[in-house]
Amino acid sequence: MIEYFVENASSYGGEIDWLFDLITYMVGFWFLLTFGAMVYLLLKFRYREGVPAKYITGERHNEKRWIHWPHNIIIVFDVVLIAGAIWVWVLVKQTMPPKDDAIRVIAQQWSWSFIHSGPDGKLDTEDDIKTVNDLHVEVNKVYHFELQSRDVIHNFAVPAFRLRQDMIPGRSIAGWFEPTLPGTYDIQCAEMCGHGHGIMSAAVTVHTPESYQQTMAAIRDGTYESDYLRRLNGPPTPIPGTVKASDPDSYATLLAKSF
Amino acid sequence: MSETTAATATVQEHAHEEHHEMSFWEKYIFPTDHKMIGLQYMFTGMFMAAVGGYFAYAFRMQLAFPGMDVPLFGQVTPQIYNMLITNHGTIMIFWVAMPVLIAGFGNFLIPLMIGCDDMVFPRINRLSYQIFFVSTVVLLLSFFVKGGGFGGAWTAYPPLSSVPEYNLTNWGSSLWIVAVALEIIAFLLGGINFVTTTMNSRAPGMKMMDIPIVIWMINIAVIMFMASVGPLIAGAVMLFMDQRIGTTFFLPAGGGDPVLWQHLFWFFGHPEVYVVLFPTLGLVADVITTFSRKKLWGYRTILYTTIATGGLAFVVWAHHQFIAGIDPRMANVFVVTTLLISIPIAEVMFCYIATLYGGSIRFTVPMLWALGFLMTFLLGGVTGIYLGASGLNIYFHDSYFVVAHFHYTFFPITIIGMFGALYYWFPKMFGRHLNEFWGKVHFWGTLIPFNGIFLPLFLLGMAGQHRRIYNYEHFPDLASPDLQGLRVFATASLVIMLLFQIPFLINFFGSMFRGRKAEPNPWKANTLEWIVPSPPPHGNFKELPSVYRGPYEYSVPGNREDYWPQNMPDRN
Amino acid sequence: MTLREGGSPPRTFAWKILMTHSPIATRRTVTGIPTGRLAVWWVLTSEVFIFGGLIMCFVLYKLNGAPGFEQASMTNTPAGAFNTFVLLTSSLTIVLAHAASERRDLKKTFNYIWFTIFGGLVFMVVKFYEYTTKIFPEWYHTPATHEPITILSNVFWSFYFTATGLHALHVFGGMVIMGMISMDVLKGRNLQRVELIGLYWHFVDIVWIFLFPLLYIANF
Repeated sequence: MIEYFVENASSYGGEIDWLFDLITYMVGFWFLLTFGAMVYLLLKFRYREGVPAKYITGERHNEKRWIHWPHNIIIVFDVVLIAGAIWVWVLVKQTMPPKDDAIRVIAQQWSWSFIHSGPDGKLDTEDDIKTVNDLHVEVNKVYHFELQSRDVIHNFAVPAFRLRQDMIPGRSIAGWFEPTLPGTYDIQCAEMCGHGHGIMSAAVTVHTPESYQQTMAAIRDGTYESDYLRRLNGPPTPIPGTVKASDPDSYATLLAKSF
Repeated sequence: MSETTAATATVQEHAHEEHHEMSFWEKYIFPTDHKMIGLQYMFTGMFMAAVGGYFAYAFRMQLAFPGMDVPLFGQVTPQIYNMLITNHGTIMIFWVAMPVLIAGFGNFLIPLMIGCDDMVFPRINRLSYQIFFVSTVVLLLSFFVKGGGFGGAWTAYPPLSSVPEYNLTNWGSSLWIVAVALEIIAFLLGGINFVTTTMNSRAPGMKMMDIPIVIWMINIAVIMFMASVGPLIAGAVMLFMDQRIGTTFFLPAGGGDPVLWQHLFWFFGHPEVYVVLFPTLGLVADVITTFSRKKLWGYRTILYTTIATGGLAFVVWAHHQFIAGIDPRMANVFVVTTLLISIPIAEVMFCYIATLYGGSIRFTVPMLWALGFLMTFLLGGVTGIYLGASGLNIYFHDSYFVVAHFHYTFFPITIIGMFGALYYWFPKMFGRHLNEFWGKVHFWGTLIPFNGIFLPLFLLGMAGQHRRIYNYEHFPDLASPDLQGLRVFATASLVIMLLFQIPFLINFFGSMFRGRKAEPNPWKANTLEWIVPSPPPHGNFKELPSVYRGPYEYSVPGNREDYWPQNMPDRN
Repeated sequence: MTLREGGSPPRTFAWKILMTHSPIATRRTVTGIPTGRLAVWWVLTSEVFIFGGLIMCFVLYKLNGAPGFEQASMTNTPAGAFNTFVLLTSSLTIVLAHAASERRDLKKTFNYIWFTIFGGLVFMVVKFYEYTTKIFPEWYHTPATHEPITILSNVFWSFYFTATGLHALHVFGGMVIMGMISMDVLKGRNLQRVELIGLYWHFVDIVWIFLFPLLYIANF
């Protein structure tokens, strides 16, 4: 269900969306069952003149099974959930498929630096390309990333990739992703990092091979126009009938419109 | 404590009828009476709840209408926004949930419910409140020092919280730590008092399984608090020295490890959730049994599963840090413990719901709140599964899904369940009834907008919205008008909910002086606090009671009445 | 309001604020453990978690190879060993004080309490010596044999000063309370408190038993 809100642009996004759906079905079942049972009991046993309450301790064997059977079923559900959760976790965080390219992400208060490995596919060589707040990747290539922080803890979060990872100063944290859908997406800092936490955004652009080569060439020539700034300054496309954030209306009208 | 004749003391027990008029100062400002100390905690908590609610109002307005002057507040800059959310969290947990639920109700109820005249150490009890009061003042002062209040989130992750050059709130962050530390000390003192009182001063005849479940719950919570907060105190000392002296406990540049603080914090922080949950579960149990005229379903089951939950709560903390740079293999252990905790806590919920079976349910105002607690907490509980599943946590960590989830747990715990208890014990506290009609208005006016605030936040979290951002215009994917509409809806609901607290306040303070007079046992309940006049006099009991049975013997066949007070020797 | 023997004191404002009745609750012992002792056990339980947290952090840093831990060899092991001996001895004297208080031998109780306080004092003096040799080496050798070592030098020394400082604070607190109790003992009041402070003093001792090998001996 997440894909209705954010498009899935990475190879493992589908698994995470699947896990969400699985949990929703299981948890939804229990939620509705428990909620329904409660509403039923409330209606059935509401106060009536002359009908006394029953005396039930809930400690005899045939009473306890009303608790124990759901309890046992929950254990079964839990085992399935744990298996699903660990499976997705191992896929995303504990396995590293062979890399096609490497990038390094360096965060500081409050901006991002991205070091692209350049044509040779290796970091720390002369053809590295450094950009600020703009990450460029090629579609269907496995990227290994290194996350570093210069000052406080940040978090490299790309909702479209279903990816979040803290960046700890003094460490280099490795991980991977494989973009699958061309487009430009938000990069967020998802860990409180000080006064400017709210402006610490960046953009990742997933390119087709051709446009990737063009962009890289443009960055080398110095003629590159930042995707990040273009997106930030461009107006978000408004949908008719909804409230615009920057509407200079009074609070009363804004509040009234929300209903 | 000058009594060496403890063994014979029970024989000599009698009430003290010596009346000496207490001055205003003795009675209200420096009381040693547990009831007055409980009320002091409760009123301080209510005041702080107003502060926390005001903060929530200010930052929700900023989120809905970014950059505009907030009425009754002013401009919310990024710095002020961070200060607001940080202290909203801190206040609501340390200065509202704990003082009201544990210290407030604990102080008021423990001696009354176990049938003794006061806490075992009344002066330590008073000291506990005084330290708590000082901590409140320190926290409030920290908002006004140079640089403003602390803004590094209530989790206070270093190095942000430990280095003034990073957090830019040199004094605010230190005062924040001092305030939290003082608050913790106050609760340790109070907690020792609670546990000792419950262990040693129960009425004759009150066996372990005759203790009202709320007293059990408060004591389990206090013991959990004691066991979890120690490492955090050590960590707070280290963090404070990092800030003020310049040590490098948590600073990587000097060989420290910032993740260690996260372990110390969450080793406390996760049990803390249950520390505030358990008292409410107990309070709600009393309300539900009284108004369904039923014995609590599976007293022992509830007790043992609660203890199991409490024990498990100590080994799940790292699920807050799945993606915080810990060893990924560790996550696999913690996902198992985290999801296992659903088993005992679900069993507690089932027992509560089963209690309704065969009852004669009266929808009074306290009962409405208690049922509201069960229903909303249910949703809060099940959404926790999403976050505990490590694979999905990669997406949801620090998103609004987390915010919505824990508000669906904390809000029912601290506000909805607490209101149920307040409406239930208000006659005992002040000797007068709250108005029923306005109580119902308050209930629906709180419950419906509450869902209006936090249901949209689940959707925002699914849309990838991350927390603690003062203005989403910097994130084009999140600045879309659809999502902004949800934010406005949540804010509107919050404003409505806050407005519905006004009739409550009028009802509360009005009824305190003008409400319908309450007889000693208006709800026909069993526990010992209902056998004394409302409000109970100094020293509580005229004759200290003896106990003959458990607290939930409602509708026992063969009795004339459908309740059977714990101190009644014969059939009712 | 029950008043202790000796009649009713004048009810000044300060009296009203400071003194209260002692409730019946305090005198009940459902568990069979006197209330004071039970409470002290709970205090010590919460203290265990505080020191436990600190020691656990120290061990974690050590295992992770944080810098500066090789300087553990610079701690003054003989001084630490002497302090261990002093603390253990003072634990013995407080036990003797407790035994004397059981016999209501007020004079001996008083003396043994002050022996214990003296032990604490010796401990503090040695601690003072240790700290100053680290922080002000020039006081003892001119020219100084090593650079001044302070709490800021590295993580090991931060732990060293924090842990021993927190422990010394507990020793000092115990000494003050013992002094107050000894005054009561002279008047024959509140003798059960001798046992309670004894429990506390043993706890302080045990914390030192953990700190001494970690900070002074384990020089790896």
